[in-house]
Amino acid sequence: MPETRDITLTVNGETVTATVPVRLNLVDFLRNSLGLTGSHVGCEHGVCGACTLDVDGATTRGCLMLAVQADGCTITTVEGLPAHGMAGALRAAFTERNALQCGFCTPGMLASALEYIGAGGAADRTAIREHLSGNYCRCTGYQSIVDAVCDVIEGRARA
Amino acid sequence: MKAADFAYRRPADLAGALAILSAEEGDIAPLAGGQSLMPMMNFRIAQPTMLLDLADVAELRGVTAGPDGLRIGAMTRYVQLAADPLVTQGAPLIGLALPHIAHAAIRNRGTIGGSVALADPAAEMPALLLAMAARIELVSLSGRRVVAADDFFLGLYETARAPDELVAAIHIPADASRRRVGFYELARRHGDYAMAGVALTAGGATGQPLASPRIAFFGLSDRAVRATGAEAALKDAQPAGDTLGAAVDSLSALPINGDLHAPPDVKLKLAGVVLRRALAGM
Ligand SMILES: Cc1cc2nc3c(=O)[nH]c(=O)nc-3n(C[C@H](O)[C@H](O)[C@H](O)COP(=O)(O)OP(=O)(O)OC[C@H]3O[C@@H](n4cnc5c(N)ncnc54)[C@H](O)[C@@H]3O)c2cc1C
Ligand code: FES
Ligand code: FES
Repeated sequence: MPETRDITLTVNGETVTATVPVRLNLVDFLRNSLGLTGSHVGCEHGVCGACTLDVDGATTRGCLMLAVQADGCTITTVEGLPAHGMAGALRAAFTERNALQCGFCTPGMLASALEYIGAGGAADRTAIREHLSGNYCRCTGYQSIVDAVCDVIEGRARA
Repeated sequence: MKAADFAYRRPADLAGALAILSAEEGDIAPLAGGQSLMPMMNFRIAQPTMLLDLADVAELRGVTAGPDGLRIGAMTRYVQLAADPLVTQGAPLIGLALPHIAHAAIRNRGTIGGSVALADPAAEMPALLLAMAARIELVSLSGRRVVAADDFFLGLYETARAPDELVAAIHIPADASRRRVGFYELARRHGDYAMAGVALTAGGATGQPLASPRIAFFGLSDRAVRATGAEAALKDAQPAGDTLGAAVDSLSALPINGDLHAPPDVKLKLAGVVLRRALAGM
């Protein structure tokens, strides 16, 4: 029998209690146990960034954290991003700028971009690219993603 | 892939962690940030029988400054190092190199102790510690010992740490805050492991000859390596002209391995490039 643990955490504002196998990744727990399939799974070794989500206010690879480690944590996935404010503006800018095509990278890209904007990052294309360097996008070529982030920082995008 | 099954322990303090480490049978892996261990487990390159989660071990956290320099707890995350003025002033080389270590989301969880314990040959931290003459504090039920970085990194993922020991802290000497620092790496994508990189410190004021330079390369060998030949060539000299040429030439004596990115002759060439560029910034 695989070892299990009881965990209690806050996911997108709701308290969740569950019994999880200790070997279960956080992103698999969110997707398969809670049905929050917005966070994607690509490489499972931290390289592609598709599983990036917010744990206690910091972007985290959902594939490199165990669900059992998230006991007591506060998690925000793409499903839990508010429609208003910075997150809403960023999503509007992504649409406006065509910053997504297939959308596979988008949930992780939004999490990383929000961390950059929230920390007061400048509309400096090189700095934005460096911050987003851990998120692969196979469709857009990144230019439109950087455009969208700049739009939010420079106040051109509205939720 | 997913990790194979394992047992999971999350002790409340250091005594609890050390007791498990010395008493339990099997392959016990301490879990710090998980940013190297989890990928290895997901690929089943590593299949520990037990994970010892150090998350609650308060004794392994925190940075303190004293007359002998800094003591950085093993569980201090990269993101905390970058934000702590004690670190950026007491160990400016770490501040200089941090933006090049992985990506923001990895730095949010990865720890200094995890990088030191892992001893990845392409990781920055072991080379930074060699260049600063840092020391590594190990703790087990039988007590504490402190090992110089020069004696700690022994080979590919191989260190002087015994299986019943934890990396407790990193000690940075007081003069690290005053020495000049240089750092340069070449990577295919910002934040990826470097194809070749160098970290160095030296005494003396900017523009003056390099006093007692310490030069360490990463991404070249089976471990981070001191370039003693280049140190000798640059000692008490200006890093220019023939002196610089001799320092670059001396790198051919380093034990250089090829990897996925480049064969040994390319790596040797890149080592010269990063050394020149790191010195240009000093
Ligand atoms: C996409 C990606 C890119 C990366 N790029 C870089 C890079 O450019 N440069 C770089 O240096 N690193 C890079 N890393 C690795 C990252 O820096 C790791 O965080 C770091 O190497 C290990 O730290 P950790 O705290 O995550 O350790 P863990 O992964 O938790 O542990 C690593 C190893 O050390 C052991 N261990 C951990 N803590 C202790 C302790 N206190 N005492 C004894 N043993 C211990 C573990 O058992 C394990 O064997 C990258 C990782 C990813 C996923
Ligand atoms: S699936 Fe987590 S980084 Fe690729
Ligand atoms: S939109 Fe397809 S991967 Fe980015």
